[in-house]
Amino acid sequence: MRRRPNTARAPFAPLVFLIALISGWSVASSPETSPSPAPGPLTLPKSTWTRERQALHLLNRAAFGPRKEDLAEVLGIGPSEWLARQLEPSRVPDSALEKRLREFPVLSYPASRMYEEFPRPEQLAAARGIKRDDPDARERLRELIPPEKRPREIDRQMTAQKLLRAAESKRQLQEVLTDFWFNHFNVSMEKSHTRWLAPSYERDAIRPHVFGRFRDLLGATARHPAMLFYLDNWMSTRDGLSRGDLLLAAAGEGYPRLLRRLEARKALETTEEAARSRLGLNENYARELLELHTLGADSGYSQQDVREVARCFTGWSMGRPRGGPSRLRDAEPGTFVFRAAAHDDGPKAVMGLAIPAGGGIQDGERILDFLARHPSTARHLAFKLAQKFISDAPPAPLVEHLASVYLETDGDLSRVYRALFSSPEFWAEEAWLAKTKTPLEFTVSAIRATGAATDGGPLLTKELVQMGQPLYRCQPPTGYKETADAWITPGALVSRMNFAVSLASGRLYGTELPARSRNEEPPGSLESEVDRLALQILGRPLAPATRAIAIEKLARNRAPSPGAPDGSSTETIIALILGSPDFQKQ
Amino acid sequence: MNRRELLRSSGIVLGGFGLVPAIARAALSSPASSRRKTLVIVFQRGAADPLSILPPHGEPLYYSSRPAIAIPAPGKGDGAALSLDSTFGLHPALSALKPLWDRKALGAVISTGSADPTRSHFDAQDYMETGTPGRKSTEDGWLNRTLRALPREGRSPWRAVSLSDSTPRSLTGREPSVSLPRISTFRLSGAQGTDGTFESMYLSAAGTALGPAASETVDALALLRKENVLAIGPENGAAYPSSELGQRMRQIAQLVKSGIGVTVAATDCGGWDTHLGQGSSRGQLANRLEDLGNSLAAFATDLGERLADVATVVMTEFGRTVRENGTRGTDHGHGSVMLVLGGPVKGREVRGTFRGLHPANLYEGRDLPVTTDFRQVLSEILEAHLGIRDTTEIFPGYIRSGTSRTGIV
Repeated sequence: MRRRPNTARAPFAPLVFLIALISGWSVASSPETSPSPAPGPLTLPKSTWTRERQALHLLNRAAFGPRKEDLAEVLGIGPSEWLARQLEPSRVPDSALEKRLREFPVLSYPASRMYEEFPRPEQLAAARGIKRDDPDARERLRELIPPEKRPREIDRQMTAQKLLRAAESKRQLQEVLTDFWFNHFNVSMEKSHTRWLAPSYERDAIRPHVFGRFRDLLGATARHPAMLFYLDNWMSTRDGLSRGDLLLAAAGEGYPRLLRRLEARKALETTEEAARSRLGLNENYARELLELHTLGADSGYSQQDVREVARCFTGWSMGRPRGGPSRLRDAEPGTFVFRAAAHDDGPKAVMGLAIPAGGGIQDGERILDFLARHPSTARHLAFKLAQKFISDAPPAPLVEHLASVYLETDGDLSRVYRALFSSPEFWAEEAWLAKTKTPLEFTVSAIRATGAATDGGPLLTKELVQMGQPLYRCQPPTGYKETADAWITPGALVSRMNFAVSLASGRLYGTELPARSRNEEPPGSLESEVDRLALQILGRPLAPATRAIAIEKLARNRAPSPGAPDGSSTETIIALILGSPDFQKQ
Repeated sequence: MNRRELLRSSGIVLGGFGLVPAIARAALSSPASSRRKTLVIVFQRGAADPLSILPPHGEPLYYSSRPAIAIPAPGKGDGAALSLDSTFGLHPALSALKPLWDRKALGAVISTGSADPTRSHFDAQDYMETGTPGRKSTEDGWLNRTLRALPREGRSPWRAVSLSDSTPRSLTGREPSVSLPRISTFRLSGAQGTDGTFESMYLSAAGTALGPAASETVDALALLRKENVLAIGPENGAAYPSSELGQRMRQIAQLVKSGIGVTVAATDCGGWDTHLGQGSSRGQLANRLEDLGNSLAAFATDLGERLADVATVVMTEFGRTVRENGTRGTDHGHGSVMLVLGGPVKGREVRGTFRGLHPANLYEGRDLPVTTDFRQVLSEILEAHLGIRDTTEIFPGYIRSGTSRTGIV
């Protein structure tokens, strides 16, 4: 018996909770939002699997693949205790990694400081009085900005820290979930300002909430400038608002000269100009909020609902960097601001929920409350989690079970993860090696399996681009797909095989195998050497067909002629294992 | 029997790649495969300026709107536009395309674009490449859906290819494609002992989740080697620029000429976001156009008679402001221009509806309006060139109207 009776709590939590959420909630919510104390080790279903297999399976899914030390730990304390610790990452010391992360200052800058540290070229040109039609403008700007202050540096630090954390953090589940939820609430650094805001987005909006309540995660993304900018909500206003009125309202009393200038300007505006400067509703965020972040596609909302939700979020905006086109001075650049003047304060109705007039910023919060508690959201999130951790087509009863846990616990994500990892489906024969690794999982698991040391540097990042997964640069708000069909294409597969060869042969600058595993004469027979390395890297024997092909070819390659390089070296065997179909699965 | 089955049964894949039975060779070079139609999309990222590509010299407002950056009217000395008709000329940096225009192998549609008003490069490109303006969450691209609309018969692992750093949005989706910065990178690095081994391993994995793609990959590798694509050089004296675009076009021609089975090819080029110091007959934009013109002209020369089988569309996410800005450049606009080269094009004509440059006829008083939806142009080409009559799956929600036909093909 596994299904819990549905009696503990009604799907919609008591009103007290709602009020608490609305009133006590702020953007800078601390990581300690998890509402329930750690409930200790998980009760896992009885398994016929060996302890090794259980440990491998767990590390394949709840981590970025097995690594020698982690495997030993799971075998030592058991999967249940390992999971309990992972679900409460503050219990897992990670100081070695934390020390390394100090190399990446973007991780500590508040969003507003990012623009100072990494000036936008246009901004700097304005500040230094460089005329933009000056033919040498580009050159002069390049001279002014040292390489470590160029926007590209943000990308370098972000991708490197992500790869390092994935490969080396002891808090593996936290890294897996940070990746999962960033992808769920995707923003792309490809879209101008998002680049400056992404470090704060991951640090402040995603990471602190992945073990907390979904409502907190949802709220933090909704208010974060990276999301406001990426999905255009920052510019969404009530229909018909004129630019002049918005500027006037936002200029604030601290800027009397600016106010006077704006007023003078507005008085001179012709009706035609005024008509042209009308602002209005932008539905992008509202649509993706319903379709991707919460309810899921085809869950019964209409275009009219999208519009109503968009009206609720009018005025949710951000401070823009100085030197940019905006004269709005009501907020620090890169911080959230609610512009009451831009908000549509009329009554709204969303999927039967009435939002009375005059709610101001609470309109949006009410929508988020409503969506976070909706059964469609529960099912949508349950499906995505099951697809991520179990199989591309997860069993429907499990999805239903996870959805009910979500509703019973008012969206307590840790409780949903616990239900997932203690489900018989997670430990079922059908789940074993059922997932195909994404490029990120493939690359990082290869590093972990071989015990390679990496700096997460540009060569590694480039490999991921070739495999189709440029980090932080997934263009559409859907995020990257979780299913095998999205990743296994001819171009990408060739890149995977080439990555295996590069890594094994030491040609991936910045990522190196431990010295002993390279260029070492196989001590025993070819067969025993292949089996030994397969066990070390995969944690299991190669599939019979793969093994036979590998051994046959290797035997043929062994010292083809005197003096020629040996084509059956340890290096070759490692390359073959990492590039094999077997290693693509987890 | 399709190409892959043929390869497999002829033992090419599993047993080294040297000996190709005569029957396979004959089938691979049969007239049917050499008459394959190919669609090439060249995307100008950054919003190219339509009024510099096709300067409307017959429109006096053009010169008053752009005192510093207009292209002189035909006959007005050095750097003048090349005359196309009484309204439009061609930028002098595109002179390599003029002979193609004159022999009707090149045509244009003016005031094209997307119905969505966004002026964000990112969003506008996204909308165009998914083929669904205004809808951000469309997962696949219009070129990928195009592949789905084509017969499965005789498909090659190379039927969809992009020469680019990563798969463009237009090609993402269920149908397999090959994306690569250079064809020469599509090979397994020749480390000792891995040659041929990976191929065999992946063929043995057929029947797993990796199965279909695994054999596609092995076939793609084998075909590339067998057709010896890298050895195919430019023909008819075609001289490609050494630029990135030039070299990408050269490689697309290599693939097309090899008969490897390319149906759809995509590539892109940047540098079109000319906010400052755009230049006129010479300068920043002229350099980009010269590269574009010379690359396309070399491509056409190289293809020779095959140009009739290869339609190339040049498109961009939106146009630029009619008036030049304070820094002798142009800002983000709306309507732009699409060029169509080769294939069934009815060239030597500027098609579409041009309403002149009076502010009353401009979008928001400042930009060329979109009088022809980009999907209209693409739909016409898909029908005339690839035989796809029904494009409702490719451009969901878009209703073609018979009256808005451009007649470009």
